[in-house]
Amino acid sequence: MGNFTKIIIFSILIVLAYPLYVKFGIPKLNPSPPPVEAEIGANMTMDQFIALGKKIFDEKGTCTLCHNSLGRAPMLNNQHSVALDRLKDPRYKGGAKTAEEYLHESMIKTSAFVVAGFGVKGSNDTQSPMPDVSTGAIGLNPAEIDAVIAYMMTKDGGKTTLTVPTAVPAAGAEEKKPAAPAKTGAEVVKKYGCGGCHVIAGEAGALGPDLSKIGSKGKDYLRQAVVDPDAVVAKGFDKGMMPTDYKDKMTAGELEMLVDLMAKSK
Amino acid sequence: MSFLLRRSGLKGRAAAMLIAGMLLVLPLFLQPSSNPVSKVLSVSAAYAEQAADAKVEGKEGEKDGKPKFMAAPKLKEGDYPYFKTNILGLEVTPRILAWLIAQLHLWFAAFVLAVPIFVLLIEAIGIVTKNDKYDDMAHEFIKVSMTAFSITSITGGVLAMVLFNYYPDFMKYLMSIFGDTMIIYAMLFFGESGCLYIYYYGWDRMRYGTSKWVHLSLGMLLNAFGMTILFISNAWTTFMMAPSGVDGMGAFTGNIWEAIRGPLWNPINLHRFIANIAYGGSIVGAYAAYKFLAAQSKEERAHYDWMGYTSNFIAIAGLLPLPFAGYWLTAEMYAYSQQVGITLMGGLFAWLFIVQAVLIGSLFLAANYYLWCGMGRSEKPNPYFKYVKYIAFAVVVSFLVWFTPHTLIMTAKEAKIIGSHHPVVGVLGVMSAKNTAVNILIIATYLSFMLYRRGDRVPTVGWAKTGDMLQAGLLTAACINILWLGIYGYLIPANVRIGLSIPQVFTTLLFIILSVIIDGKMYKGAKAGSVIEWGKMPARSQYALFLLAVSFTWLMGLMGFCRSGIRQHWHVYTVMRDNSPDAFTPTLPYAASVVSVGTVIFMALVIFIFWLAQFSAKKQKHEAHGH
Repeated sequence: MGNFTKIIIFSILIVLAYPLYVKFGIPKLNPSPPPVEAEIGANMTMDQFIALGKKIFDEKGTCTLCHNSLGRAPMLNNQHSVALDRLKDPRYKGGAKTAEEYLHESMIKTSAFVVAGFGVKGSNDTQSPMPDVSTGAIGLNPAEIDAVIAYMMTKDGGKTTLTVPTAVPAAGAEEKKPAAPAKTGAEVVKKYGCGGCHVIAGEAGALGPDLSKIGSKGKDYLRQAVVDPDAVVAKGFDKGMMPTDYKDKMTAGELEMLVDLMAKSK
Repeated sequence: MSFLLRRSGLKGRAAAMLIAGMLLVLPLFLQPSSNPVSKVLSVSAAYAEQAADAKVEGKEGEKDGKPKFMAAPKLKEGDYPYFKTNILGLEVTPRILAWLIAQLHLWFAAFVLAVPIFVLLIEAIGIVTKNDKYDDMAHEFIKVSMTAFSITSITGGVLAMVLFNYYPDFMKYLMSIFGDTMIIYAMLFFGESGCLYIYYYGWDRMRYGTSKWVHLSLGMLLNAFGMTILFISNAWTTFMMAPSGVDGMGAFTGNIWEAIRGPLWNPINLHRFIANIAYGGSIVGAYAAYKFLAAQSKEERAHYDWMGYTSNFIAIAGLLPLPFAGYWLTAEMYAYSQQVGITLMGGLFAWLFIVQAVLIGSLFLAANYYLWCGMGRSEKPNPYFKYVKYIAFAVVVSFLVWFTPHTLIMTAKEAKIIGSHHPVVGVLGVMSAKNTAVNILIIATYLSFMLYRRGDRVPTVGWAKTGDMLQAGLLTAACINILWLGIYGYLIPANVRIGLSIPQVFTTLLFIILSVIIDGKMYKGAKAGSVIEWGKMPARSQYALFLLAVSFTWLMGLMGFCRSGIRQHWHVYTVMRDNSPDAFTPTLPYAASVVSVGTVIFMALVIFIFWLAQFSAKKQKHEAHGH
C-alpha cells in the first residue's frame, strides 16, 4: 500500500472516530425547539393557566437553568409565603404591596431584593445577576409572566390572587401555518384584499384613496403608508380606517413587491 | 492589465482573487435600497414596527423625527428563502450550506493568516543567524499557503452570496451597522493580496542586503493587513454573540466603535490569533510529513524532517497558551450573560466540552509522541529518554481526568442505584480536577520539549548541576502548588473555587518562563554532546503530525459550532431572533456529522494544495519530436 493511500485511510479513520465517539460515547441531549409565545385560550381554566406557568418556568423562561439544586440561584420554594416575608425585609428596595406584586417585581426589577449570597460578585448582594425576563433572550410577555406567578404562588400549597386573562392572540399560532407568500405585487393586492378599498392593480375600491397614480410619492412614503397607515393620512380621509396589522401579516418580500407595484403606478 | 498579470506570473491566482474580491463587494451594490450601505429605515414591514417604537423625540440617531438607524427586524418564516434537498444522504438546507461554507472559509482563513506570522519570524531568524536554511524553509511555508489564499477568497465570496441570498434581512441589518467596515474589509483584502504577491514572488529578488529588510517590512505589512482583516470580521461575529452599540430593540446608536468593541471582541481576537498559529503549524506539519514519507533522497528526508519538527514546535507553541485564552473568552461570556455562561458550561453545550477535552488531549498526546520519537534522532542515546515514561504517565493520567465527565452516561436503573454522579470518578468531573489536569498536561508537554532540546548538548557552565537542581525544585514546587490548589478547590464553595484557576495558570506560566530562562543561560555556549541526524525518524512518527492536523481541523469545526450555536435561536443574541425553519439548535451528533463532512471536504482541498505545490516544482524535460 502506498504512502498516499495510507495517509488517506489514516485521516479518514480519525475523521470517523470523533463523530462515532460523539454518537455513542456522549448522552443524547435533544435541545428544546425555539420557544414560541404561549397560547392562552379564551376558555382556559386556572389549573390550565398554572400548568402553562410551570411549562414556561421549565422551558421558555429557562428558570431551571439557575434555580436548581446546583446552587446557582436560590431555590424558589414556598414563594406564596416567602414573598410576604421579603416585603418586610429591611433590605427590600421595591414598591410591591402584595405577594403577587412582589413576584412580578422579582422578575422585572430583579435587584429590588437580592437573596443573601446570590448577588453579583462585589455588589454586596445589592445587584442581582438575574436578567429582566420581559426583555432580552427570554422575552416573556405579560400574560406569560402572570402564568409563571400563578405557578409559583400555588406550587407549594398557596393560592393565587391572579385571574385567568382573556384570550391573548399567540404570535406562534399564526406563524404555525403561514399562507404561502405571494409571488407578485398583483398577488399581494389580491391576497390582502387591497382592491376592496383602493383603486389598485385593476381593481376599483372606493373607500380609500385612489392609488392608481401614487408612484410619485416615493418608496419610503409608500412603505410607511402600508405598515403605519395612520402616520400620514390622505386629505379627505380619517385616521383609523385602514387596518394597521399588515406589518404583522405581510412578509418583507410581499411588502417590497407591493411597494414596487405602487411605485410604478404613475 | 492582462499584460501586467502575465508579466508578473500572477494571472491565474490574481484573477481568482479579483473575482472573489468582486464577489465579496458585489452584494453591497445589489441591495434593493438605492444606497447599498444605507443606514436609513427601509424595506421590511417588520422593521417599521420597531421603528415606530423607536420614535422618541430627540433620540440620538434620529433625523427629521424619523429614526436614522433601523431596529432589528422581527422576521417571519416566509421572509427566508428556503430549500431542502438531499445530497448523498445528507439533508442540505440554507443553514447547512452557510455552515459548511463558513467553516471551510474559516479553516482556510486561519491557515493563511497564520502562515505569514511564523514565516516572518523564521525569516527574521534566518537574517539574525545568517543561515539560508531558515530562509528556504520560510519560503517553502509561504509557497504552501499561496493556493490556500485563493481558496480562502473564493469561499469568502461564496459565503457572502449564500448569506445575502438566504438571510437577506439579517445581512441587511448587519450591514446597516457594519456596512462601512465591510467596505474597509474588502479594501484591506486587496492590500493584503498585493503585499502577499510581492512578498512571495519577490523572495529571491530581495534575498540579501537592504532588499532583505524591505522584504521583511513587506512581510510585516502583510501581517498587519491580515490581522486587521481578522479583527474586523471578529467584530461582526462577536456582535452577533453579545451585541453592543445598539439599544434594546437592536437599533444602532450611531457609534461604530461601540458596536465593534463588544465584551467578546478582544477575547476572540486573542483566542483566534493564538489558535490560528497552532493550526497553521499543524497544517504545514502535515505537508512536511507527507513530503517526508514521499522523499526519495536522504537530503530530502532530512529537510522535511526538520520542517516537520519546526511545524510541530509552532503548533505546540500555539497550543500551550490556548487553554488560557479559552478561559478568558469563557469568563467574558459568563460575565456578559450568566444565562449564556451556564448554557455553555453547565447546560446544553456542557457535553461538547468533554468532546473538546478528548480532542485537545489527542493533540497533546500526538505532539508529545512526536517529540519522544524525535529523541531517536540523536546519534548517541538521549540521556533524558528515561524520563519519558514518567511524562507519558502524567500526560495519560491528565488526559483521562480531563475528559472524565461530571455526570455519567447511565441507564435510569443505574442512576437510581448510584445517583447521577459516580462515587469515585464523579469527583474528577469538576473544574478543580480539570484545571489541575490541564496545567499538568501543559507542564508535561513543555518538559518533553525541554528534554528533547537538551539531549544533544552538554552545558559548559560551572553551575550546571545547581541549575538542574533548581529546575527540579521549581518543577516539584509548581506541581505541588497546582495539585494543592486542585484539592483545596473541593473544600470551598463553587463560586470561590472558580478563582483558583488563576493561581494555577500563573504557577504553570511562571514555571515555564523561569525554566526557559535558566535553561537558556545554562546551555549558552554548550558543546555538542551528540549529532542530530535529521531524517532519522520512524515513519509512524509522521502519522502523529497527520493526527495533529486532522484533529485540529475537526476541533476547530466543533468549537465553531459551539461559538455560533450558543446564540441558539438568535441571529443577534437578544435583539434579532432567527425565525427561519432552521432556527433549532442542532444536537451534538448532528453537529459532529456536519463538522466531519466539512473536514473531509477541507482535507480533500488541502491534498489538492499539497499536490499543486509539488506539481509546480517539477519541470518537464524537453523531448525531441518528429522521429
